[in-house]
Amino acid sequence: MTEDDLDRNRRHFLTVATVVTGAVGAGMVAIPFISSLKPSARAQALGAPVEVPLSSIQPGEMVRVLWRGKLVFVLRRTKDMLSRLPLVDDELRDPNSEVPQQPEYAANETRSIKPEWLVVEGSCTHLGCAPLQDFDVRPAEGWEGGFFCPCHGSKFDLAGRVFKGVPAPTNLRVPPYRFVRDDLILIGQDTGVA
Amino acid sequence: MSRIEAEVGKPQGGLLKWIDDRFPLTETLEYHVTKYYASKNFNWWFVFGVLAMVVLVIQLVTGIFLTMNYKPAAAEAFASVEYIMRDVEWGWLIRYMHSTGASFFFIVVYLHMFRAMLYGSYKKPRELIWLIGMMIFFVLMAEGFAGYLLPWGQMSYWGAQVIISLFGAIPWVGDALVEIIRGDYSISDITLNRFFALHVIVLPLTLIGLVFVHIVALHEVGSNNPDGIEIKKHKGPDGVPLDGVPFHPHHTSKDLVGIIVFLMIFSGVVFFAPDMGGMFLEHANFEPANMTATPEHIAPVWYYTPYYAILRAVPDKLWGFILFALAVVLPVFLPWLDRSRVRSIRYRGWIYKSALTIFVITFISLGWLGLQPATGTYVLLARVFSVLYFAFFLLMPYYTAIDKTKPVPDRVVYHG
Repeated sequence: MTEDDLDRNRRHFLTVATVVTGAVGAGMVAIPFISSLKPSARAQALGAPVEVPLSSIQPGEMVRVLWRGKLVFVLRRTKDMLSRLPLVDDELRDPNSEVPQQPEYAANETRSIKPEWLVVEGSCTHLGCAPLQDFDVRPAEGWEGGFFCPCHGSKFDLAGRVFKGVPAPTNLRVPPYRFVRDDLILIGQDTGVA
Repeated sequence: MSRIEAEVGKPQGGLLKWIDDRFPLTETLEYHVTKYYASKNFNWWFVFGVLAMVVLVIQLVTGIFLTMNYKPAAAEAFASVEYIMRDVEWGWLIRYMHSTGASFFFIVVYLHMFRAMLYGSYKKPRELIWLIGMMIFFVLMAEGFAGYLLPWGQMSYWGAQVIISLFGAIPWVGDALVEIIRGDYSISDITLNRFFALHVIVLPLTLIGLVFVHIVALHEVGSNNPDGIEIKKHKGPDGVPLDGVPFHPHHTSKDLVGIIVFLMIFSGVVFFAPDMGGMFLEHANFEPANMTATPEHIAPVWYYTPYYAILRAVPDKLWGFILFALAVVLPVFLPWLDRSRVRSIRYRGWIYKSALTIFVITFISLGWLGLQPATGTYVLLARVFSVLYFAFFLLMPYYTAIDKTKPVPDRVVYHG
């Protein structure tokens, strides 16, 4: 066969067909490898809900628990704390919790099921550091108490609502949770009966 | 009749010839070493490429020995590092060499990159060498980051938390990407396990491959020199550049002096200041990872702090990420941003000299600011220097084009 007999269209078609088939095959083979990087069945199973007994938590006190390896704050807010929440509304980015950072039942002014109990993920919405509790009221600074992230200076109020002018874009996330009894909550699950 | 058949029964030339008939050994050595001609007026700025290779070897050897005692599991990692430090014979030395080597890798690479900026080594025809070099730099950053998680200390954990969360700022795919990086809903045993795989297999293999092509590309076009001129333009009757000397023995013997001085400084740090006052090994990392509390003051290791300062200077998550990424990537475009007719700083005008000086001050200042808390004046300063950082690159096409240059000599010259 000489150069002249060459069916260039046919050769081009075969080249393209081979390359495309090979690329599709390589793409298919990539799926199991990439999927293996996702949270495994065990990692998912370990994300089971955790129970937190509330009876030992005093008013104004906060406990830290781990759910799915994530830090969750459970704060028992005092009446005084709750009364200060509306004072900072003007300084907040999302005072009415319009961004879906919480289950519907927590999309209220206290961002909780029961006003007394705040349950939020202790993970700054900027880059995931654990905010520090800073509950002291300092009128001189206009600080009504809340959380302060030591990494990049983001601030949140006592309902986990983010202040304006800080790097964190959204309010602290409220995990799904429900009251099993008056003195027991289940974090990680909000349906069904215990 | 093939060459090998012709030689059968006539054993002449010994083992070397036997190999050369089957593998281009002599040819390769000549091409890359004994007949690779590099400019005879190299100054000490040209030693850092070789030093980077030396550090790479130190990291590979010490790293291999560390893996023999290290356990990549959340429950055991911290204790296994303590075990290496206390119970393994000379384990402390191997580990300090590795941790010090990480910092020195970046010192040497930053100086190597600065050399390229001094003498225009990235300019045509060496753009590809620069691009490969930048890829090496990126892989090195990833390698350092993955390695820093392995001791499973407080700074390992929270540093990784911050950097992995950065990818969450990418619109739409961010959250899924973060989950694939971690392999879990938070940084866990699973994350540690895969970072170990990245740190000891994926990234070092990539690094070695890139270093190989970096050198192949360099030897294709030839090394730059402090005058930034092409020595291949003037060749003697034997085809050898008049201003070139063979890499071996001329440059190797000079580099050996550099290597010895380097090893003296390196040993000084390893033996007398392995944590460098918290710069090379951060104090918070002597505490095991605690998922329930971030250290009061968190900062990455010094070699990432210039970029980290830029990230923190921006009061917005997405833009912080974009500017951070841009700051890391911008140097890639230097070969095309620099419009100067000359390569070397020796023949550039006052504008580029000033710009480069300001850039050096900016880079070091950002590095220092990245170590400070993100409050008031520090943030303000970080913003000023971030603007200067970007201005250096983005205004470069303009100021290098109008800068008055001096005439470039035809042959290399010797001076200070």
